Amino acid sequence: MKGGQILKQAMLLAGGIIMIMPFLWMISTSLEQGGLHNYIEAWNRVPFGTYFLNTLIVTGLTLIGVLITSSLAAYSFGTMEYPGRDVLFMLFLSTMMVPQPVYLAPSYVILAKLGWVDTYLALIVPWTTNVFSIFLLRQHFKTLPKSLFEAARLDGCSRFGYLWRVALPLSKSVIATIMLFNVIGSWNSFMWPLVVTHSEKLRVLQVGLSYFNQEQSSNYQLLMAASTFSILPLLILFLFAQKHLVGSYSRSGIKD
Amino acid sequence: MRTGSRISPYLYILPALIIVICFRTIPILASFTASFTDYDIGGFHGFTGFSNYERMFTDARFWSSVTNTVFFVLGVVPAGIAIPLVLAMLLRGELRGKAIYRTIYFLPVVTSAVAVSVVWTWLFKPEAGPINGIIIALGGDPLMWLREPRGIFEMMLSPLGIQPEGIFAGPSLALVSLMIVSVWKSIGYNTVLFLAGLENIPNTYYEAARLDGAGKFGTFRHITWPLLSPTTFYVLIMSTIASFQTFALVYVMTPPPGGGPLGTTNVIVFYLFQKAFDRFDIGYASAISVFLFIVLLGLTIFQRRVGERRVHYS
Repeated sequence: MKGGQILKQAMLLAGGIIMIMPFLWMISTSLEQGGLHNYIEAWNRVPFGTYFLNTLIVTGLTLIGVLITSSLAAYSFGTMEYPGRDVLFMLFLSTMMVPQPVYLAPSYVILAKLGWVDTYLALIVPWTTNVFSIFLLRQHFKTLPKSLFEAARLDGCSRFGYLWRVALPLSKSVIATIMLFNVIGSWNSFMWPLVVTHSEKLRVLQVGLSYFNQEQSSNYQLLMAASTFSILPLLILFLFAQKHLVGSYSRSGIKD
Repeated sequence: MRTGSRISPYLYILPALIIVICFRTIPILASFTASFTDYDIGGFHGFTGFSNYERMFTDARFWSSVTNTVFFVLGVVPAGIAIPLVLAMLLRGELRGKAIYRTIYFLPVVTSAVAVSVVWTWLFKPEAGPINGIIIALGGDPLMWLREPRGIFEMMLSPLGIQPEGIFAGPSLALVSLMIVSVWKSIGYNTVLFLAGLENIPNTYYEAARLDGAGKFGTFRHITWPLLSPTTFYVLIMSTIASFQTFALVYVMTPPPGGGPLGTTNVIVFYLFQKAFDRFDIGYASAISVFLFIVLLGLTIFQRRVGERRVHYS
């Protein structure tokens, strides 16, 4: 038994080393020659400050949009009864079946017709709702007892008041899951911003990093420094929220 | 009932509905429609029936992108099941350092594909990269990795005097390098799914097996594997669908225009992207999108059918 435990630990350790090695290499290479100065150098070589700010704006506003539209829609789908509800819900769910690359080109044409190409609107508005978030929240709202709603109504709580003061405060865990999924999704999103923006002042972090990689392909120290600081915010978020995050992933079984 | 309360359920849905219709439903339907038209940088030139599809079926670069994608899926999916399954078996139950392992294994999942690609491009560098550094230190010959267009079977068999050609040469080493990164990035996620699946197997089964004197391998074969099959099946479907859509790794590690050395990492979504946004050939790109959609839908339906017969649901 003891030997089995040692073998187990040895295998997990070997696997763990392989998994973490690329990160260690990234950090050690980023500190070669110039040390921490490489970080300042990389930051100033191209406007990474602008890229960070754009990613923060896009991530933040997208998240606010998702939270508002998802709470409202999930509340309606999960607690109200009316004609056409299930058809509408199926319409929402059906869009989850179609992967993003399939409708990327027509989306661009639509944005071009709206005059939104190369604007914040193109980066944010199409992602201000998230069907999976609606689905998660709806499932949760369905579990809230009807008597709770009736009691709140008797106390003079309006329909919206019930959502805002009763239902949402009882859904903190699901809301946290939705926030984590959407922040990670927006922060790491690449294909969409690559397509819908062209100018440098609208460039987000991931697109900026990929261009930086092409321009500085032999300047490893700067590339690794840029990679490190581009991962850092999510890394910190992950370290703080990992228990909730990993639990959410395993319960809902979805990524991106 | 007041009119207000009769329409209010719809008002609650409205914001989400507008976004879904404008930026999901309409583009999806437009994609199908555009595949039957000639739509390019000069605008809309009318309906052309199936001509985009005819062009697709005779386009050698399209078929090579399909082959590359199939290679990619066949490499990534089995490895992305086997390794996480072993890890989950090792990680289950009480274990010292479990939380640290979870952090380390899960880290690549939340790291952006772009950053991961930038780092691995450096690791794979033929001249100064750390991976070749290790190979040389161990006395081996350095490899070209992301710049190697030769198929891996060709590379393995040519010293024996055998020269496999075409599909039999296998995926290029460049594509295999991308597979390695893709597996590395998804290990943590799949391990978490398997761990959840293992926790759902009631302990009584294992106690019964122990009383029957079943060995470790027997227990795995007759209890763990069949009872875990819904999870395995789910991981299989999800990673197949995800691997079919791989893009960021290819785009960053083997950047345009080529799609890798001699086009050997040109996968479907990369090709679609090039047609749509480098050439602005929306009509043709849409036909490729529809093909991708039908393949993914077909796979999901097929796997579900097979799954229903084979998978053990307790």
